[in-house]
Formats: sequence, structure tokens, C-alpha cells
Amino acid sequence: MLQGSVIVLVSFAYLGVLFAIAYYGDKRSEAGRSIIANPYIYAFSLAVYCTTWTFYGSVGRAASSGIGFLPVYLGPTLAVALWWYVMRKIIRISKTYRITSIADFIASRYGKSQALGGLVTVIAVIGVVPYISLQLKAISGSFAILLHYPDIVMPAKVVARPFFQDTALYIAMTLAAFTILFGTRHLDATERHEGLVAAIAFESVVKLLAFLAVGAFVTFGIYGGFADIFQRAEESPRLQALTTLSNAGGSYATWSFLTFVSMLSIMMLPRQFQISVVENVDENHLGKAIWLFPLYLLLINIFVLPVALGGLMLFDARGVDADTFVLTLPMAQRKEALALFAYVGGLSAGTGMVIVETIALSTMVCNDLVMPVLLRQRWFRLNERRDASALLLSIRRGAITGILLLGYVHFRAAGEAYALVATGLISFAAVAQFAPAIFGGIYWKGGTRAGAIAGLSAGFAVWAYTLLLPSFAKSGWLPAEFLTGGPLGSALLKPQELFGLAGLDEISHCLFWSMLANIGTYVGVSLSGRAGVAEASQASLFVDVFRHTQGFERARIWRGSASVQDLLRLIGRFLGPDRAHEAFVAYARRRGLGSLDDVPADADLVQFAETQLAGAIGGASARVLVASAVHEEPPGLDEVMDILDEASQVRAYSRELEQKSRELEAATAELRAANTLLEELDRMKDDFISTVTHELRTPLTSIRAFTEILLDDPHMHPAERKRFLGITVKETERLTRLINQMLDLAKIESRSAEWHTTELDLNEVIRESAEATSQLFRDRNVALALALPQSGPRIMADRDRLMQVLINLLSNAVKFCPPREGRVEIRCSAVEGALRVDVQDNGPGISPSDHQTIFEKFRQVGDTLTGKPQGTGLGLPISRRIVEHFGGRLWVESDVGRGATFSFVLPLEAPAAAGGEPARKAAGTVE
Amino acid sequence: MKRSGMTGQRLAAIFLMGWLLLDYPILSLFTRSGEIAGIPLLYAYLFGVWVLLIALMALVIERMRN
Repeated sequence: MLQGSVIVLVSFAYLGVLFAIAYYGDKRSEAGRSIIANPYIYAFSLAVYCTTWTFYGSVGRAASSGIGFLPVYLGPTLAVALWWYVMRKIIRISKTYRITSIADFIASRYGKSQALGGLVTVIAVIGVVPYISLQLKAISGSFAILLHYPDIVMPAKVVARPFFQDTALYIAMTLAAFTILFGTRHLDATERHEGLVAAIAFESVVKLLAFLAVGAFVTFGIYGGFADIFQRAEESPRLQALTTLSNAGGSYATWSFLTFVSMLSIMMLPRQFQISVVENVDENHLGKAIWLFPLYLLLINIFVLPVALGGLMLFDARGVDADTFVLTLPMAQRKEALALFAYVGGLSAGTGMVIVETIALSTMVCNDLVMPVLLRQRWFRLNERRDASALLLSIRRGAITGILLLGYVHFRAAGEAYALVATGLISFAAVAQFAPAIFGGIYWKGGTRAGAIAGLSAGFAVWAYTLLLPSFAKSGWLPAEFLTGGPLGSALLKPQELFGLAGLDEISHCLFWSMLANIGTYVGVSLSGRAGVAEASQASLFVDVFRHTQGFERARIWRGSASVQDLLRLIGRFLGPDRAHEAFVAYARRRGLGSLDDVPADADLVQFAETQLAGAIGGASARVLVASAVHEEPPGLDEVMDILDEASQVRAYSRELEQKSRELEAATAELRAANTLLEELDRMKDDFISTVTHELRTPLTSIRAFTEILLDDPHMHPAERKRFLGITVKETERLTRLINQMLDLAKIESRSAEWHTTELDLNEVIRESAEATSQLFRDRNVALALALPQSGPRIMADRDRLMQVLINLLSNAVKFCPPREGRVEIRCSAVEGALRVDVQDNGPGISPSDHQTIFEKFRQVGDTLTGKPQGTGLGLPISRRIVEHFGGRLWVESDVGRGATFSFVLPLEAPAAAGGEPARKAAGTVE
Repeated sequence: MKRSGMTGQRLAAIFLMGWLLLDYPILSLFTRSGEIAGIPLLYAYLFGVWVLLIALMALVIERMRN
């Protein structure tokens, strides 16, 4: 029958099945074909929330407070509705920054603070120990009860037995060994355990089926359905009270506080964080889980009240603990198999909780408590060890064993003083202390590290004073006067009636004061101080995680230098060299780089290395380690402020926009200038054409007029005829000259003229020019004087062009000189580095206002409308172009009535332009 | 976020409605004796609201998917 060996065998067989599932899950995961990558497994694994508290304790709670067992499940039902916002954000943050535990989360949020991580770990361990002890109590109790089958014997006072005869100790050790096998076989940077999740989901199915089986058996097997049970219960006034909320004062308050604390616990419990956040495969699984998980809670609670009522009626005052009804009812009905199934259900509820909880806690203890201490020990030289992964695993294994032993000690010490649910609620109140720091952390950038530390400490202290110490007092560890009279006899300090607040149950009382202290100090301290640079940067990364992970690359607040190999070695020490190498190669591939050598050692790589390491040893420790490998400069305040500032992205945008619009404005201005220039050129072209046509028309008109006269009058006097023909020839010549000069100017201006630069004797060129114009001087009876230096100054220039300038100036001079009295002088002299040539006449002179205009095309001084034009108006512009081509300058000095002096200087050193020009072959030739 | 904006708001509304229905004072309206089909009034009410909440959440979530 149900001998001890059978029960032990079944227990181990069950654990073996779990292990097989976990092993299979891990194998499939390694093969890349995850069995847990669907929302149903995710929802079932979330049901790790339902422990022996639910399986055995709910019935016990229902037997004493009726419907009062429900808020613990209604709270999570309501809370998951908000998961769409809250949990999605927490998951996104954790995945982005490789966060592996709730301690890591809080520490990372507040500037990767090791102190905070340690504090959270301590609170979590101390807070959760009662919860683990209740699992041990339930499992060992159920084992002891089943052992006496078919008799129903309540487990004897455990303290009566020496510990080595205590099954709870062996259960604790077995669970520790099993958890170690499960959770710490190898290190993973993501700290995910696919096989474990599969096993937990399986456990959730088992416990649900077991509970439903027992519930259905009691409701429909022993009694005639729900209505029958309730009807019978109606007959007893004591039982009838269980179906309504008792009207005793504070009952609604208890209801509200329990709903509230369980809303928080569903997120803050380390194992819930582990399963819902760390083990989450895909953010999108959250959707289905939001309604599947409450459905699970509903199903597992449907039969709680019927079982409680049934048990109370059946065992009426026979000393059977209501916490054991789920097991004892089938036993009382001699249903062996069902009793065994119930036992397995309870076992699965307990083991599931213990395994996940201790894995989560051991990760925290290792990463946030032990590692930071070890890293500080210089003699330990942790960051120089070749392979620290074995060390990490040992620390975690030690932590798992230690936590279970703590649970066992608590069980021995205080186990009997409280019912299952009351014990569990102590833990709920403890982990609720994380809520302000977490919710504040993801929605309020103003929360600071100092605030979080102060708030957590205050909340934890109040919790310990109002809930933990009283539980010790009730267990006899502390004198009872501590509770009844308050410490030091001060009634105001009575732990469960603090400052005289009475009328609340102990959980509500603790929650009120601890939350008041926690939130109050968190907000108060945060507001009274300022966040440090690193803190503020983390705050921004957490609060704006959706902005940082959607479209924007992660803000890289990092400057410094690192080598890829250094980082690889560092990561290799903690993850193992092969695993690290794999991760780096995958990283390189993700960035589209062929090999590891191509990876730039930039901020992104350091970030990558840090997140990899964070998975293994926690964010705060990873930061310290990576900082030791890279020579990091602290980020400049400006850089950080840039990223934190709420408006930074917007500002960056608007700055960019401003920059762009400035560029645009500049481009517009350029365009406008170009346009103005074009318009100017266009106008000049029009002017030019109209001038040219005018200039051409004048000689043409006179040619036409004279030839028409000659044609019309054949009997013209020969002398007259000769004079007319002479004019026609002259006008034709002028026309030819005009056209030639226009072509010439166009060539020079378009730089297509040919230049033949040679070394010249300037004296000689001047003499030749004087020779060429001598006839002109004789015709007008103007004297020409040459004042040339003795030695012929030599110069680099084009001979013909230079003569063109000189002839032009000479003929201009002679043109404006009064006949007979006219006198023109050419002087050549050397000025510094240049030769200067002056052509002076004693003509009417030019008014200073015309000194520039005479060098413009077709501009002739004098009244061109009445006076007959004396030239083409192109001579001076061409001359000036030529002189400028040789790097010189042509100008006029004159005053009305004092003659004019046209001067030009030519540099002795030929400018580069002159040397380069001959190479350029022009399409046409000059004149 | 935009696509799921309405889903989040609907779920938040369900949360508020659920909290209202499952807490004092509305809860106190059902803590009297009485029964529905043999089941005590409060018990029936609580589980009824619970089922309603789950159904609404399922509706919101599954409709978003389609």
C-alpha cells in the first residue's frame, strides 16, 4: 500500500520526470527549436505563482476566513491587465540591458549601484525565507501525513524531533541538489533556463489537475455538487459566516490591502521576475498570458471553498488542520490513488516555487552580493583569473544550499506559529517594498539612488519591525512583552499597533506603515538631492526604453579605448572562452563584419561586452570589470546631459534642422547672388548688343548714305565723288576695325586669344610703336618726344600685343591733342620690380569722374550724340585687358584742361598666367 | 506602440473597472445572505466578475491580434 518507500519512490520518479523534461527542453533549445517559445507555456510557467500556499494553504485560509483567501488571486488578475504597459516595459528594459534579476534591475536603474543591488538582495533573501520555509513545511507535512495512511495523524511538533530525523531537512537537501542540477549546470549570459521553464510549466499543469481532481471528488464525489455543499454549510452558522465577508471592523481594509499587496507581489517576487521577465522568450507572449494566467488562477480556486467547507463538515472538530484538507479528504475516503495524486500535486507546487525562487535568489546573491565583494578584494585577483565561470557556479550552488538551509531553520523555529498563508504574506509584504523603486524607476526620471536606498531601507526596517520581529516573538524567540507592551514599555512603539494604529490586521498594518515610510523617503530623498551623471543617464535609458529601442541606437555615453582581444579575454573568463568567442563572432556577424578582426573597439562593442558580462555577474559588477579592461574616460557632463535631457532628441533634431535651414539660407543667398550676376550679365549683354548695333549702324548709315548719293547722281563732280568715296572707304575701314576689335576683345575675355610671350627690349617696342604712328603725328602736326632709359629694360611679354597697347595710347593721345601745339611724350622708367611707361599729352584732359568709364567698352569721353565719334570705344578696354594679362596695371591721371597721362606698369617677373597662356592654342588667330 | 495604444488603454480600463467591482464599497453590496442557483451571493458575484474580467481581457487581446 502506501508505504514510505512507495511515497519516496513516487517523489523521486516525479522529480526524475521533471528533470527529463528540463533536459529535453535544454537540448531542444540548444538545437534552436525551443519548446517553450509559445504563449501557452509562458502562461503556465507564470503559474509558478501558485505554490503549496495555493494548493494546501488556500483551503486552510478559506476554512478560517471564508472568502478571504481570494484577494491574493484577484490582485494578480487585476494587475496583469496593466502588464501591457508595465511588464512590457520591464521586459524590454531587461532584454535591452541584459538584466537577470530584480536586484540587478534596481541596481542598474539607479546608476549600476552595487550598494543598492546588495540591499535588494538582502531584503529579497530575508523576505523570501519564510515563503520557502512554508513550502518545506507543506511538503514535509504532506509526506508525514501520507506516511500514516490510512490513519489521519497531524505531523507532530517538529521541534520535538532531533533535526537528523526530520524529513524536512532531507527534503530541503534533496531540493537543493535538484535545484543545483536544474539551474546551475552551466552559465549563460542571458541567465535563461529553457528546460527549467518547460519543467515549471509541466508542474503547473500537474498541480492544477491534482487540485481539480480533489476538488471535483469532494464536490461531486462526497457531496452532491456546489449547491449541496453550500446548502449544508448554511445550516451551521459558523460555516455560513465563511460565505460572506465578516462584518468585523477592518475586514474590507484587509481585503483591499491583500488585493494591493498581491498586485505588487505578482511582479516583485524574485521568482515571478525570473519567469515573467528573465525567462520570457518573446515580448509578444505577454498578450495571451494576460488572460490565460488569470484563467489559471480562476480554475485553481473554484473548488477551494467547497473543499474547505466539505473538510470542516467532515472532520468537524477532529483536530485536522484545514491546511491539509486537500490531502486528508481523499485519505479519509480511502482514495489511495487520489491521495497520492494530491501529494504529487502539492509536491509539484512546492518544488516549482523552491526551484525558481532559489535560482533567482542565488543569481542575486552571486551577482549582487558576493561578486562585488570579491571584486573589491585585491588579493583575490578575480579579474585576472583565467576562467572564473567555475567560481561563479560554485557561488551559486552555495547560495542555493544556503537559502534552503535558511528556509529550513525558519521552518524549525517558526513553522508552527503561523498557518501557511500567514507565513507567505510576510514574504509578500517584504517584496512589496521593491515596488516604489521599480515603478518609480521606470516611470519617473527624478528617482535617485539615494532615494531608492533610503526608501528600501526604511520600508524594510518597518517591515522587519512590524512583521518579522513579531513573528519571532510569537515563535518564542523574543519575549512576548515585546508584542504586548512594546519595546522599553512604550505602548506607542508596539510593533503591531505602531503609534497607536489599531484595528488593522498585522499584514495591512505593516503594509500601511512600511509603504508610507518607503514611498515617503524614496520621493522625499529623491527630490531633495540631485542624481549623479551615471544615475541620470540610466534613468533616461530606463524611462525612455521604448524611445531608445525603437529607431534610435542606444545612447552611447562612453569614451575611451579598448581592444577587442582584451574584452574577449575578459568575457571568456566568465563565460568560458568558447562561449565568449561564439558570442563575439555572432556580434561581428550582426554588425555585418566578416571576422572578429574587423570589429572596431568602439562604444558599441564595450556595451556589448558589458551586457554579456552583466548576464553572468550582474550589471554593477560587469561595469566595474569592463572598466578595468578598457581605459575609460568618464563621460563628459555635456555628453551625458545631451542624452538625458528629456528634450535631447527633439533638441538634436531642431539643431539639425536649424543647421539645415542655415545651409539652405546660405545656398539661397548664393543662388540669389548668382541670379543677380546672371541678370546683370544679361543686362550687360543686351546693353552690349544695343551698343554694338548702334556702333555698327553709324558707319553703315554713312556708307549707305554716300553710296546712295553716288548711285543717284551719276553726273556728280569728280572731286565731290572722290571725297564721298573717300568717306565711304574710311567708314568701311572703321567698320572693319570695329569688328576686328570686338572679336579681339571677345577672344581676350573668353581667354581664347593666342599669346606669344618672349623676352623683349621695351625701348625697342616703344620706338617701333612711335614709328608706326609717326604718320599720324605728322598728319596732325603733333610733336612726339621719347624719354627712354639708357639700357634697354627687358621684359617678358607678347610683342604684338604690347605694340597694340602702345599704338592705341599714342593714337589716342594724338587724336585729342590740339593740332600744331600738340605735344606727346613717352617716358619709360623702372620702378620697384616693374617698368613704368607714361604717355602724356597736352590735350583737353579728362574729368576725374570719367577716369574709370573710359576703360569701359564703347564709352568715349565727349558728347557722342553730337560730336563725331573719334574711335571705336574698344581701344582702351582692350589695352587694359592686355596689360592686366601680363600682370600689370593701366590707368589714367588727368584733369580737365591739363592734358592726360596714360600710364601702365609691367612687372619684370613674368606672372604665371603669362607663362601658361602660350600653351593654350586658340581656335582663331588674332587680327 | 501606436498599434497597441488602444489595447493598452482598454486593458487599463478593465483594470480600473475590476478594481472598482472587487473592492469596497461595491463589494459590500453583495455581502448579504442570499444565493444564486444555490451558490452564495458573494461567492457567485466574485467569480462572476472574475470570469467577466478574463473574458474582456481575452476579447481585447484576441481582437487586437486579428
